[in-house]
Amino acid sequence: MDYLSHWLTQDLLLVLGLGGVATMLTRAARSERWSRAWTRFRGDRTGIIALCVVCLYLFIGALETFRVPVGGGDTKSLLDFVVGNIPDERSYSAPFANQVLTDTKAQPDPLNSSRHLLGTNQLGKDVFVQTLKACRTALIIGGFTSAIYIPLGALFGILAGYFRRWVDDLIQYVYSTLASIPEILLLVSILFVLGQGLGSISIALGVTGWVGLCRLIRGETMRQSERSYITAARALGQSHWNIITRHLLPNVMHLVLINFVLGFSGIVLTEAILSYLGVGCPVGTASWGVMIDSGRSELSRDPVVWWNLTAATTALFGLVLSLNLLGDSLRKAFDPKRG
Amino acid sequence: MLNYLIRRLLYAVPILLGVIFLTFLLFRVVNTPEHAAINALGPKSSVAAREEWIENNGRNLPLYRQLATHVKQLGTFDFQPSTVTKRPMGETFLAGVGPSLCVTLPGFILGLWLALVFSLYQVFVRHSAADRTITLFCVAMMSVPTMVYIIFGQAVVALGLGWFPVSGFHSGLDGVRFLVLPVCIMAIAGLGYDARMFRAVFLEEIAQDYVRTAHAKGLPATRVLGRHVLKNGLIALITLTVGQLPKLIMGTLLIESFFGIPGIGNVMVLGIQTSDEPVVLACVFLGSLFYLAALILTDFLYAAADPRIRLS
Repeated sequence: MDYLSHWLTQDLLLVLGLGGVATMLTRAARSERWSRAWTRFRGDRTGIIALCVVCLYLFIGALETFRVPVGGGDTKSLLDFVVGNIPDERSYSAPFANQVLTDTKAQPDPLNSSRHLLGTNQLGKDVFVQTLKACRTALIIGGFTSAIYIPLGALFGILAGYFRRWVDDLIQYVYSTLASIPEILLLVSILFVLGQGLGSISIALGVTGWVGLCRLIRGETMRQSERSYITAARALGQSHWNIITRHLLPNVMHLVLINFVLGFSGIVLTEAILSYLGVGCPVGTASWGVMIDSGRSELSRDPVVWWNLTAATTALFGLVLSLNLLGDSLRKAFDPKRG
Repeated sequence: MLNYLIRRLLYAVPILLGVIFLTFLLFRVVNTPEHAAINALGPKSSVAAREEWIENNGRNLPLYRQLATHVKQLGTFDFQPSTVTKRPMGETFLAGVGPSLCVTLPGFILGLWLALVFSLYQVFVRHSAADRTITLFCVAMMSVPTMVYIIFGQAVVALGLGWFPVSGFHSGLDGVRFLVLPVCIMAIAGLGYDARMFRAVFLEEIAQDYVRTAHAKGLPATRVLGRHVLKNGLIALITLTVGQLPKLIMGTLLIESFFGIPGIGNVMVLGIQTSDEPVVLACVFLGSLFYLAALILTDFLYAAADPRIRLS
């Protein structure tokens, strides 16, 4: 797995991933349903604001993911060039304080840098920078998980809804079995076996996450299959493959988009819980979950260290709230009657 | 009725077999014997000790024989004892049921009640500014991780204001003060999601003909909502609430662990954090058993709530 952590692979994956999503969205937007939805969406102020906030998070995450070599085998992310000159301290320091937080208060311990906007954490790292860097973790986990569960869910959903009979029975059996294990326990047992790491988390979340999407797509495909355009396509002698990719897939893609946006928020929240349980991100990763987890002990010490927890919670809350609002707006735009 | 129960139970059997097979795949096939031995004995254990462990636990046998023992063990509830505490699994779980129920049941009921009140009020003032504000508030509440509610509750209400103890558990009446905070947090943590879902259900219900009839014969709006709509909406809510049960497990997991309540959730967290394979395995299996039982129960509640539905 060495080549996966190479900076060039990561850059390529990032560009390919973002480019792929952008291409898919622009291609989909050509259809009538999507252009009508886009017109409605533009009139929705909450949705537009939420979209802007999500894009900001994506941009920061992309900045931190995109790495360039700086010589001597070292790499630096683009974000490091912007905020990288902030020095580390020896331990905690409060926001805007001019000295390191000490329990004894015997002698003042001046800071290396003049001020820290959100203070520093136990290792003396600037909390503001750490909060920004954690966008990368969220972006990577969300991106990889979606890359696993969306094709799985959409494919199985369409297959079950289109072919019905034994295909449907089989797929239904598989997902009823998966769904009958409480999600968190299944996640934990998969991580337990695979070990910690961003890749394992994505695999675990991807394996458990496709059930909801599959159910949704299956139902919609069944509804669409009854429509006359599918009958017409069949009467014209189109192959199953053509009907699925040319006719069914474009007509269920909007559900995939909505599910992707709402699913992303769920992934970010679950990552936080997994990190608390000790099966999430490895120690040392900048992640909101890890930061919130450490906030637990920091609140009970004296003087109270509240900035770490507050920064992580606010950042996570901002992303999840915007994703939820964006998902709601999209749903309204695509389906104005039921929204 | 009995006929239906038997059929439902028979439907659950293949799913349960699927769960057993899935756990086998995860814990016996993907999880290599060496990895399992390291988990059980710790990273500093000697190679000889690991090999002995693999031998003793039958992990060097051919896979089909391992599968047979795995099915037999789970099928007869003959779980291996915990590798950390060495206590048998049955004893551990039975000791945990009481404390778990003390938190989960009141928390669940309180949360349900709060969500009903919120959503009914929203439907009462539907499509107004108040409705939109509450909806936004609900989305905001959904966007906060449960841990933050717990940490905040412990820091402000328990440590700051000193109203309740931070953590701990006592049986008997004396223990109530330990339970107030976890129960409230459990109710609040799920409120946003539930209230939004209930609102959608009630809004669909309010478009029905019988609501117009009730209004037309002059019943006050509160009575129409509180009696007619609530009763009919409850049927849809039963399925939705049972669908929530797996999430409930996650909530108790965190709450019990943060508040030091010696329930099943705490056993799970400890098992997860100490890489205690038998505990995790037993939790997965019992969790799905619990969920399947709840699904069957829903069908019966459904029939009890709606006389139109016949169990046949």
